[in-house]
Amino acid sequence: MIYLDNAATTRTKPPAVAQAVLEALSSYGNCGRGGHEGALSAARTIYETREKLADLLGCPRADHVCFTQNSTQALNIAISGLLSPEDHILSTDLEHNSVLRPLYRLRERGAGVDFVPADRRGRLDYGAFERLLRPETRAVVCTHASNLTGDVVDIAFVGRFARAHGLLFLLDASQTAGVLSIDMAALGADVVCFTGHKSLMGPQGTGGLCLREGLEIRPFAVGGTGVQSYSEAQPAEYPTRLEAGTLNGHGLAGLSAALDFLNETGAETVHAHEDALARRFYKAVRDLPGVTVYGDPAAPLRAPIVTLNIGNLDSAEVSDELAERFAVATRPGAHCAPRLHRALGTTDQGAVRFSWSWFNTEAETDAAAEAVAILAREAQAE
Amino acid sequence: MRERAEKCVVTFRTTAGAMAMEAACKSGGLPGRLIPVPRSVTAGCGLCWAAPPGAREALEELAVKKHLDVDGIYAIIL
Repeated sequence: MIYLDNAATTRTKPPAVAQAVLEALSSYGNCGRGGHEGALSAARTIYETREKLADLLGCPRADHVCFTQNSTQALNIAISGLLSPEDHILSTDLEHNSVLRPLYRLRERGAGVDFVPADRRGRLDYGAFERLLRPETRAVVCTHASNLTGDVVDIAFVGRFARAHGLLFLLDASQTAGVLSIDMAALGADVVCFTGHKSLMGPQGTGGLCLREGLEIRPFAVGGTGVQSYSEAQPAEYPTRLEAGTLNGHGLAGLSAALDFLNETGAETVHAHEDALARRFYKAVRDLPGVTVYGDPAAPLRAPIVTLNIGNLDSAEVSDELAERFAVATRPGAHCAPRLHRALGTTDQGAVRFSWSWFNTEAETDAAAEAVAILAREAQAE
Repeated sequence: MRERAEKCVVTFRTTAGAMAMEAACKSGGLPGRLIPVPRSVTAGCGLCWAAPPGAREALEELAVKKHLDVDGIYAIIL
């Protein structure tokens, strides 16, 4: 199988990740529950993982890296814990449902929500940030890169806009943490949400949110923390404030090993490799008859994603043909990005997404491009 | 049970605070280890740093220098 569905999850992980999870499964106690070696081993690894993520993402304090199961949970915590029905919120057409649905739910309770529109090519209208601003606007919530097209949002612009108007800035880094540079302090981001299982190359069930100092988030869940047990309220201090219940120590051990791999290899090196493969693929398919590539694949900074359709063929059928005849794994359909599909005009057809990781090769990329070429020729002949 | 002796005990509001203390003490070569918080200090669970009483001043300096999230420092018999 040529696995090109890395924007959904990186299937191939650095070997040290599985080894770390296995060792953790056979040795860890529960972080913060007891002072014996098993509990301390888990707690040490989890704290070291916080430190590594704080370094990677420019979070000012390791104890302001709070762990969750994934980005969706992190975004729910940030949106529900910072924003209220009285607020107006700006977001974009590029968002994933992990941003959209928490915002829609808030809108049902009375909040105002406006989306900076994308055009038929998926390009954001940056002028709309100013036009959509209201006196009650409280926050901007936006993705770093579209999970559908790989187009990167100018988050430096968004950060300046948010600062200029005194808005909270919540960044969804699901597709970029680990491969594109993120410095939340320099950006002026208040929250950066990440997942461990995509470009960070860690296990599923790991993710979290990095917070700036001084941010007050209402906890989404409350419960056992291993500290302050006789207090009726959830502890106010981070990260415990947002981490009720047992953490995924086994998964975080794997994420820690993945971060070591990323640091040793170099995030820029990883991105350069993935980017080169995506561009190689794009060059091979862009002029094929009947093939439409979405977004702006020629942009200088991109997430390693190329999304296309062949004629009017159902994207599910194309993806299934790629899997069954050519052993190429892709993602068809809507990609949990309904607003951008509407903007691109692909609501009915969906689209076929190809996405790369560090472990893909040129040969795999060329084979996938050749498979697209064969299907495109067959579609023309019908 | 062990022979009791005076210890300097540093408590924290979070487990992350305790782990930051351990990392800082290891890095700075300061003595001690993490233990469950004695109930004579608080009944609320958690970890604390237990060190010989003579280390108190160095621990206090470290906590300030590294901005450690210390809740309290106690001299108790353990």
